[in-house]
Amino acid sequence: MDIIVCIKQVPDTKDVRLDPETNTMAREGVESIMNPFDRHALEEAVRIKENLGGTVTALSMGPPQAEAVLREAISCGADGGVLVSDRAFAGADTWATSYTLAKAMVTLGNFDLVLCGKQAIDGDTAQVGPGLATQLSLPYLTCVQKIRTIGDSGLVAERMMDDGYDVVQLPLPALLTVVKDINEPRVPSLKGKMRAKKAEIRVLRAADIHADEKCIGLAGSPTKVVSVFSPKPRGNRTVFTGSPAEQVEQLVAKLKGLL
Amino acid sequence: MDYFLTEEQQMIVETAREIAREKIIPLRAELDEKNEFPTSILMDMAKADLFGVFVPEEFGGLGGGCFEIVLVLEELARGCVGVATSFAANALGIYPVMIAGSQEQKERYLPDIASGRKWAAFGLTESNAGSDASGVRTTAVLDGDEWVLNGTKQWITNGGEAQIYSIVAMTDPSKGPRGASIFMVEDGDPGFSYGKKEDKMGIRASATRELIMKDCRIPKDRLVGRKGTGFITVMKTLDISRPGIASLGVGLGQAALDEAVVYAKQRVQFGRPIISFQAVQHMLADMAIQLEAARALVYAAARHIGSNAKNISKASSMCKVFASDMAMKVTTDAVQVLGGYGYMKEYPVEKMMRDAKILQIYEGTNQIQRNVIGQELNKEYASA
Ligand SMILES: Cc1cc2nc3c(=O)[nH]c(=O)nc-3n(C[C@H](O)[C@H](O)[C@H](O)COP(=O)(O)OP(=O)(O)OC[C@H]3O[C@@H](n4cnc5c(N)ncnc54)[C@H](O)[C@@H]3O)c2cc1C
Repeated sequence: MDIIVCIKQVPDTKDVRLDPETNTMAREGVESIMNPFDRHALEEAVRIKENLGGTVTALSMGPPQAEAVLREAISCGADGGVLVSDRAFAGADTWATSYTLAKAMVTLGNFDLVLCGKQAIDGDTAQVGPGLATQLSLPYLTCVQKIRTIGDSGLVAERMMDDGYDVVQLPLPALLTVVKDINEPRVPSLKGKMRAKKAEIRVLRAADIHADEKCIGLAGSPTKVVSVFSPKPRGNRTVFTGSPAEQVEQLVAKLKGLL
Repeated sequence: MDYFLTEEQQMIVETAREIAREKIIPLRAELDEKNEFPTSILMDMAKADLFGVFVPEEFGGLGGGCFEIVLVLEELARGCVGVATSFAANALGIYPVMIAGSQEQKERYLPDIASGRKWAAFGLTESNAGSDASGVRTTAVLDGDEWVLNGTKQWITNGGEAQIYSIVAMTDPSKGPRGASIFMVEDGDPGFSYGKKEDKMGIRASATRELIMKDCRIPKDRLVGRKGTGFITVMKTLDISRPGIASLGVGLGQAALDEAVVYAKQRVQFGRPIISFQAVQHMLADMAIQLEAARALVYAAARHIGSNAKNISKASSMCKVFASDMAMKVTTDAVQVLGGYGYMKEYPVEKMMRDAKILQIYEGTNQIQRNVIGQELNKEYASA
């Protein structure tokens, strides 16, 4: 089973601030980390490889420093890392990012499964996974909390829902985005770290992936951020307690009081 | 302070620290309360290659030595000394094979130890053989192609959890200390079973059990080294393992200091943070001084021992005594800095104080260590 895991380097949101002047994220002095959801996608890929054999390739689009998350991925069990990096990619929204990653995957060639985190903690859009699958015409499933079975003939996975989960069968190749419940990621191993230190990270430029320049970077991004602001705090809230019957009684009384 | 670690040593520290932060600290209070063995954490450590740190590369390890394992244990102990003890006892249990074992024995055991697939334990102590190891009553008699072992070991760390046991038994009781030998006994060997699990004051995540050998039959080739050399191998084993116990003290002391300083900055009495009171500050300062002095001594001793130096007993004993006494003092003072809160289970320092005590007792009490140091001094100054 050959698996590609998409990994994004993100600022550690534990200490992110918005620049009040420009309404953009103040990234200076903020530590960069592997997007936490992607860590779970990577762990799942490595576990599948440990069971079925095959390879795990970590793929990231980002600036040259994003190489660090690819090395980290190798220390956690990925076989190799590919960085899609070019000034022309700068300013990409989720559409342009999906396009670019899809082009990179076509360039890389054969794979059976693509795993992504549910969303990146900086943008929180959850769009790149599905966008990528659409670009590649792959069947996909989002918010996967468990892969029940996986083999050459396809996979059966659980999609987390608000009120339980769906069980979905997909043929391969396919793309899944995963939630944190899927597994408990391992700590990078010592041998993995040593391998990661020596590993050669392959870099793909715009020309290498035959990207249409109208589809990449800022120019290829239909999304325009008009403004960024903190929403006003919500009004007072009341939580009713007691048995359901008591809660209903309290609610009715409260609503009547508003009339 | 910068101890000039190599890049590889830094990697080892980082990995062990991450295990402590991600895997040990979230679980330590529960393991302590439930007296529960940290199986899943040890498996996480295995995946991170920590079990291979001290195993030679030819057997699948990373080829580190005494200093590297000290670095690992210090970081693990910052998380929990009970968990770290389980890891340390594994090394203790396999050192006899590394020191005196045959090539076949090394090939049989070391790859599984390096990968963490199997764990080891060290069985010396008996009800009448504590500080005085010559009190060992367990016997081993050769019967055809098999050794037959009889006896009961007491307070064996990893007992019942490990798969590989190095057992000290008398092969010739009439010869006293020269009549002892070491055998490798494996989980599942006929006549080998486990007794009750102890309910302890501290390091409650570690498992301490009896090992019972009742006509326990093992193949002839499980004898480690030559017959009668058991105590020599035991002494060599403890000489290289004791800095590990010392480093548990350093990690524990660091954890206690961290808690105490953070608390002292936040706790306000008489209108100001208690760290502004000189009495508190001086206590913290003394903790920091003792801690750093212990670390420096442990690192120096471990590097000395790792260099294959000849005379290592004194250095080994000195660092064990100093660091464990320091840990007892520093954890006690950490509780003092936190006052009544420190005495409560909601804060981690009461557990740290309970955990510290064992470091002055096992792998040779601190009194016994001082005996060793004294005897070595006597020898060194023989001509004086
Ligand atoms: C939690 C735990 C885990 C352990 N794990 C292991 C293990 O994995 N494997 C193993 O083999 N053993 C293990 N032990 C045993 C441990 O090593 C012994 O408890 C220790 O060596 C002391 O022996 P003792 O308890 O019988 O004390 P004793 O020898 O009875 O000593 C009692 C007191 O007398 C003092 N004393 C004794 N003789 C002298 C002397 N000559 N000079 C000065 N003072 C002296 C001691 O310092 C001590 O203060 C463990 C013990 C504990 C509590």
